[in-house]
Amino acid sequence: MAPATPQTLITEDLAASIGRWSAPLVAPPIGLAEIRRWAIATWWPETPPRLHWDEDHARATRWRGIIAPPDFNPFAWPVDRPSLVAGREYGPGGIVLTAMNGGQVDSYGDPMRPGDVISSRTAVVEVTERQGRFGLMRFTVTSTRWTNQDGAFVRDRRSTGIHYPLRPEQA
Amino acid sequence: MRARYFEDVEVGEQLPPWSRQANYMHWNRYAAVNDEFVPFHMDDEEGRDAGNPQGGFGMGNLRFAYMANALRDWAGDDAAIRELGCQYRRINQKNDVLTVAATVVEKAVVDGEPRVRIEITVMNQLGESTCPGQAWVALPSRLLGA
Repeated sequence: MAPATPQTLITEDLAASIGRWSAPLVAPPIGLAEIRRWAIATWWPETPPRLHWDEDHARATRWRGIIAPPDFNPFAWPVDRPSLVAGREYGPGGIVLTAMNGGQVDSYGDPMRPGDVISSRTAVVEVTERQGRFGLMRFTVTSTRWTNQDGAFVRDRRSTGIHYPLRPEQA
Repeated sequence: MRARYFEDVEVGEQLPPWSRQANYMHWNRYAAVNDEFVPFHMDDEEGRDAGNPQGGFGMGNLRFAYMANALRDWAGDDAAIRELGCQYRRINQKNDVLTVAATVVEKAVVDGEPRVRIEITVMNQLGESTCPGQAWVALPSRLLGA
């Protein structure tokens, strides 16, 4: 017998979490070598712009020094390791959900620089669901807001996570 | 890097194509800096287990980086990327040729700052748009003094 189609994929806990901001998470100070490595990896095999690794060059720009690319992630490599079982979550009644990254919209304020200490807070800001390609699908929009050590706005990322029931052969 | 001024940009201008060939040499470098060792980005068997018959597949975040980089290479050091967003519509396969395609669609002064709005995506070698989105980039201006 085929499993019953769920009425909703929104748990009470998820609904209750909307608009509730997490406690701040603080990254270690940004290192110049981290910025350089990030730029090399993402421009590979071309040489990245000097703005991201040459202090003399960067000082002559509007930024007055090296800045990180806007997508740079100072929270990479935490000491407490997250689970590597990514993209699996549970809906109402314990139904197993699978996940897709639906996309993201970043807004940028002050750039990240060597020595900056970035704080992050996260909240679910919107949850909707509708019928789609994989049956009932849930769309969860999460805001992750970064500020620097001076309290200046650095980045807001609105990410859309898409969840739907796992097919039996995937369970 | 040459500055690109607001006054020199026309609506309809296409940014130069910005391309990379996707493979594990790129994905491993990105995983190393972003700590993104997700099994289906690291291994063909894991990719197939995740439902992609062709094996391991690339990171959406890396395509996002390619779009940011294409904007920086076009706009120059004195530009400020104010917004960048996309929807991930397709995954990218190993050996895909990924090309950032972007067009200026609007010029405006926002919060006193001269900005251009750009429609942007990463195309694959089949001509498919994998992650359509848009960006706002603030450019230096000779006239506005920004």
